[in-house]
Amino acid sequence: MAVSAPAADTERAGTGDQRPRPRRSGRLRTSLAFWAFVGPFLAGLMVFTLVPVVWSAYLSLFDATNTVTPLPEDFVGFGNYADMLTDRAFQDSLITFSVFAAFIVPLTFACSLGLALMLNQLRFMRAFFRSVFFLPFACSYVVASLVWKMSIFSGVRYGLMNSILDLFGIEDVAWLFSPDPPWYWLVIVSLRLWIQCGFYMILFIAALQQIPQHLYEAAYVDGAKPGRQTFWHITLPQLRATAVAVLMLILIAAYQAFDEFVNLIGNQAYARPPLAYLYYTALGTQQDLGRGSAGALILALLIAIVTLLQGRFLGFGNKEGR
Amino acid sequence: MVAFRNHRPSQLSALALNRRRMLALGGLAAGAGALGACGGNTGRGSADGVNLSQWYHQYGEPGTQQAAEKYAAAYEDATVTINWIPGDYDTALSSGLLAEKQGDYPDVFEGHLNRAMVESGQIVPLDDILTDVLDDYTPDDLARNTIDGKVYGVRMIDDPQFLYYRPSLLDGAGITPPATFEELMAAAAELTTGDVKGLFLGNDDSATKLFQPIVFSAGQTLLTEDNQIGFDKDTVIAGALQAKELHESSSLLIGAPTEAWDPSSIIQELCAIQWCGLWALPQIIEAHGEDIAVIPFPAFGSGTPTVFNGGWDTFVNAGSEHVDEAKAFVKWLWVDNEEFILDWNLSYGFHIPPRLSMRGGAEQLADGPAAEAVRISEEFGWAENPNWTPTMETAVDDMMTHIVLEGNDPSTEFDNAVATIQGELDGIFG
Repeated sequence: MAVSAPAADTERAGTGDQRPRPRRSGRLRTSLAFWAFVGPFLAGLMVFTLVPVVWSAYLSLFDATNTVTPLPEDFVGFGNYADMLTDRAFQDSLITFSVFAAFIVPLTFACSLGLALMLNQLRFMRAFFRSVFFLPFACSYVVASLVWKMSIFSGVRYGLMNSILDLFGIEDVAWLFSPDPPWYWLVIVSLRLWIQCGFYMILFIAALQQIPQHLYEAAYVDGAKPGRQTFWHITLPQLRATAVAVLMLILIAAYQAFDEFVNLIGNQAYARPPLAYLYYTALGTQQDLGRGSAGALILALLIAIVTLLQGRFLGFGNKEGR
Repeated sequence: MVAFRNHRPSQLSALALNRRRMLALGGLAAGAGALGACGGNTGRGSADGVNLSQWYHQYGEPGTQQAAEKYAAAYEDATVTINWIPGDYDTALSSGLLAEKQGDYPDVFEGHLNRAMVESGQIVPLDDILTDVLDDYTPDDLARNTIDGKVYGVRMIDDPQFLYYRPSLLDGAGITPPATFEELMAAAAELTTGDVKGLFLGNDDSATKLFQPIVFSAGQTLLTEDNQIGFDKDTVIAGALQAKELHESSSLLIGAPTEAWDPSSIIQELCAIQWCGLWALPQIIEAHGEDIAVIPFPAFGSGTPTVFNGGWDTFVNAGSEHVDEAKAFVKWLWVDNEEFILDWNLSYGFHIPPRLSMRGGAEQLADGPAAEAVRISEEFGWAENPNWTPTMETAVDDMMTHIVLEGNDPSTEFDNAVATIQGELDGIFG
C-alpha cells in the first residue's frame, strides 16, 4: 500500500531492517483511513440519531410540554407510556398501520417480483423499460401526493378518475375524505406502489441475473417444464436471500409511512399511521414532547420485535439459495 | 496490499494511494463542512440598535406580506425582520419557540393562546401595554387572550366565519336562505346538480368543524367558567347524527382542490353555498359581484344560528433577548397605530378591526354582505377558550370523525372523548 513514505523512513533509519516498520505504519494508515471514512458518518449518527434517541427516552419520563429541557418536578415516571398505551387514537394508528402493511407489503413484493420476471424475459428495449419502471423511485412522496390528490384522485368532477367514472355515468367519488367505503386506501396504496416497485424490481433483476443458467438446463434435462415448475423449484429458492431482504425493507418502509398520509389526508382519525399521530402529538400546537417520545419508543420497540421475528422465521442473513 | 505493491509500477501505486488519501481527506472535510453548516450563523447583525424577528403565517391575500414588511420598515426603534411562514405554521412556530439563539426564534409572533404556552413560560403578559385600551376590545377578544387574569395576546384581526351563498341559485331553485340545519340539508340537496354541489364545508374538516356549532347553537360552551365540560351528551349526539345524515346525502362537496378557508370553490362554481370567512369577501365579490350574500351557520335543533369568530393575536416570546423592545413594537403596531391596523384589516382581505373605536373608520364594512357579516358576528359569534387544549380538540375531532364518517356508536364515542377531556382537565386544574 505505502510506497514513498516507507522508503523515506528507511532512509532516515539507515538500516536494512525494513519489514516491521512499513507494516506498523501501514496499519496506522489503515486505521486512519478507516476513521476518515467512518468518522464523519459515525459523528452524524451520534449527533442526529443516537443523541436524539437517548434524549427522547429521557423526555418520555417527563411531562414535557413545550420544552425539551423539562424541570425535575415534572418527572412522571412511566405515566406517559401508560397514557400512550391506553390512548385510543394511538391504538387506532397502530391498526391503521397494520391494515396498510397488510396491503402494501405483499402487493409491493408481488408487483416488483412480477415486473422483474417480465423484464428479465424481454429481448428488446430492456434498458428503456427498466428505466421507465425505476424512474418513479426518484420522485418525492410529497410531489407524488400532490399529483395524486389534486389531479388523479381529486374529488371534483374534473379529477382524472372522476372524469373516467363520469363516462360510465357513475357519480363523483370523494376519494380521500369519506372513509365509507374506504377508497382512500386505493389512493395511498397505488401511490406507494408506483414509487416503490421500481426500486425492488431492480434488486430482483440483479438477483435473477445471478442465478446460474445451468440449473435450469439441468432441470430441463430432468424433464422439468419451463414456467411454473422452474419458477417454484429453481427461481424462487435461488432468490431467497434477496426476497427476505426486500420483504424486510418493504416492511420497514411501511412503518415509516408518513409523507403520503399527511399530504393526502392530513390529521384524520381514520387514516393516521403512528408516525403521523406522533407528529401531531409532539409537534403542532399540542407540543407534548413527553407523550410523543414515549409513543416513539413504543413504536421503535415494536419495529425491533417484528424485524427480529421476521429475521428469525425467514432466516435473514443466510446465504443465497440455502 | 503486498501483491499490489509487488506487481505494479511504484509510481502508479503512489498515485493510487494519493488519490485514496485525497478522498479520505475530502470525506473528512465534507463531513466537517456538513456539520459546520448546521450551526451556521443565522442571526442578523445590525450596526446599531436592536434586532427583532416577527413571525406571520402565510396570508392568502396578495399584498399582505409587503404590507407586513412596510410596517416593520416604518418602525424606528428597532430593526424588525419579517419571517413569513408558508405551510404548517403551528409546527414551525412550536419549534421556533424552543430555539434559544437570537434569529432562530421569533421575538414577536402571531398565533392563538393556549394555557400550555403560559404554563411553560413561553410568552409574557402584555397587560402593561394594554391598560389604557382594555375597554376598547370585545369581551370575547379579551377572554380568549386571558389566562388567570393576565392578558397575553393583542388582537390583530377578527375573522368571523359563516356561510356564503349565491342568491341567484337559491332564487332559481325557489328556496329561501336556510335558518335551521334541516333547511340547510334540504337546500344543499336542492341546489346539487350534475356540476355543482350544494354545500362546501371543507375537505378534511367537514365533519369535525360542526362540533362547535352544535354546542354553541344549543347555548352551551366548550368549558364552563369554572373549567368543567360545558356541553351535554344528548345535544352533541343529536347534532352529530344530523351531520352524519348530511354527509350521507350526496350534496356535500368533498375533495375540492382547496380547503374551505380559500374561496376558490364558490368562485369556481363548484358549490352553491360555502363555509368561509370574512377575509375572502373581496375575492368573492370580484368573481360574483352582487350575487353573493352571507348567513350565520344555521341552528341545530331548536337552538340559535352560530358564527365562529376566528382571527389572530400577537404575542411576545418570553425567551426573547429583547422582551421590552418587542413589547414596545407590539404596542406601536397593534395597539396604537390606527393607520396600519386599519390597513391590515381592510386593504387586502376583509377583517373586522378588533379595536372598537376604530370600527367606525371601516367604510369597507359599512354596507352589503360585509355589514351583514359584522352584524351576525356580533349577534351570534362565539370565541375560542384558551383552556380548551389541542388534546381536547383532537378528542372531539376524532369523535366527530368516528360518528359522522365512520358510523361508529355515538354514545361510546362521546364517552371516550369526554374521558380524554376530563383527564386533561384533571391534569391541569385538578
